[in-house]
Amino acid sequence: MRSNFVFQEIWIGLRRNLTMTVVLVVVVAISLFLLGMGLLIMKQVNNTKTFWQGKVEISVYLCTSTSPSLACRQNGPATAQERAQIMHDLQALPQVEHVYYESQQLAYQRFKQEFSNQPSFVQAVPADEIPDSFRVKLRNPATDYSIVAGTLQGRPGVDQIMDERSLLDKFYKLLNGLRNGSLIVALIMVVAAVLLVGNTIRLSAFNRRRETGIMRLVGASNFYVQLPFLLEAVIAGLFGWIIAAGLLLVLKMLWLDTLQQYFTFNVQLSASDLVQVVILALCAGVLLCGATSFLTLRRYLRV
Amino acid sequence: MQRQEREGPVRRRVAGRPLSSSACDGPVIHFDNVTKMYPSQNRPALENVNIDVEKGEFVFLIGPSGSGKSTFLRLVLKEERPTGGQIHVAGKDLARLTNWKIPHLRRKIGCVFQDFRLLPNKNVYQNVGFALEVIGKPRRFIRKVVPEVIDLVGLDGKADRMPDELSGGEQQRVAMARAFVNRPMILLADEPTGNIDPGTSIGIMKVLDRINRTGTTVVMATHDAAIVDSMRKRVIELEHGKVVRDQSRGVYGQAY
Repeated sequence: MRSNFVFQEIWIGLRRNLTMTVVLVVVVAISLFLLGMGLLIMKQVNNTKTFWQGKVEISVYLCTSTSPSLACRQNGPATAQERAQIMHDLQALPQVEHVYYESQQLAYQRFKQEFSNQPSFVQAVPADEIPDSFRVKLRNPATDYSIVAGTLQGRPGVDQIMDERSLLDKFYKLLNGLRNGSLIVALIMVVAAVLLVGNTIRLSAFNRRRETGIMRLVGASNFYVQLPFLLEAVIAGLFGWIIAAGLLLVLKMLWLDTLQQYFTFNVQLSASDLVQVVILALCAGVLLCGATSFLTLRRYLRV
Repeated sequence: MQRQEREGPVRRRVAGRPLSSSACDGPVIHFDNVTKMYPSQNRPALENVNIDVEKGEFVFLIGPSGSGKSTFLRLVLKEERPTGGQIHVAGKDLARLTNWKIPHLRRKIGCVFQDFRLLPNKNVYQNVGFALEVIGKPRRFIRKVVPEVIDLVGLDGKADRMPDELSGGEQQRVAMARAFVNRPMILLADEPTGNIDPGTSIGIMKVLDRINRTGTTVVMATHDAAIVDSMRKRVIELEHGKVVRDQSRGVYGQAY
């Protein structure tokens, strides 16, 4: 195997076919970027949905001794009696499917976990400042929220009632739409990239038909004749992948990471999530270019 | 067939050459009742051809255009498959040669064409070296062998010329150097003097003769009567795809 010679041939091929190569690189870059974007959004959505958010539509926060709201300052922290009363009333409502009580201890643990990326903040908040709450699952969240909220509003011991579902739903809808959109466009781009790789390799083979003709004549093996073309496509794919990886990094830093500001807990994608997606894009890119050019060459460069 | 009898000395094994001259005995090219029919034609390009070419022979393949000379050469290279009959080249049955072994067959065969087929963007040295590079020979070996072959074909001192700086005859010498640089068992030449003036052709034939003397079998398809007459080598004449003459020291014409 004469790697020197093969690389020389690849260089000649890429240079002679420069415009096609540039187009190929751009198309591969865009399709890999869109593919990666779809995957990143998918990961982001999974990251954002924690267990209870998938089940709970209403959170009823109770007053603590340090709650700043007006209602809490008038009535003081929720007593055990108030708590039991609220629990009882919630369970009695026909619209309520399930009620779950989260004690202050549990809430503090969850708080520590969710803000694990900001240890100084966690340290600054004492455990008894985290309110206990009722998590309520409704039978029909679209219509029942106001009924349930109405029965609890203004009660002694109740601090805040939050409709978690409606807040998060917008995000998920937006993110899921973007994910589906980017995956569909990625699929179309991949089809375009496949056709383009085939065409580029065909052009390249046609440009170098003299060389390949002589190679076949003097007994170069199929592998030797086809390898420069195959690597040509793969190298173009790698360039496309590098661009796509850069774009994905930018996407994560400038867009996905800004989602953090809408959440009280840690939703940021880790570096390993990004690396996973980028490696997946690499495999997809190399496979796309390699397999397509291999199949094209089988058809156009026969012995 | 009638003409073959009338024309006297039917070719026999060349005198002085032993029956089995190499380890892989028998002829280097063996055509056994070979017929080649191209799909869209109703007349076969070759019909029931029986030819044996021994190791080290020099053979002229003559006949008018369309008589099947090129088809013969293409069959030897396994660029085409015969419709009927059997072909052995270098001791191998071509019908049983798998596709991925064809390159190994072709490494034993050198080829020269009327149109030279040089690479215009490579100089003489690179053109000759290309044949070795693409079969994966080490660079050191190429550096040693290529200048020797360039000398052999009479192009010493012109190794760094580009093909368009050379005359037709010189370009054909480059092509011959490329065909011979891997020391093939067989050299096929398809009208190598077709684009070259008669004076220069003599030089080309001298190179072919020199190559032949190293033990390489040479098969040359040609229209050039003067060359065939002057060389006095074995002549196989094809007409309408049939062997009509096979003489051991033949001439081109029919009147002798």
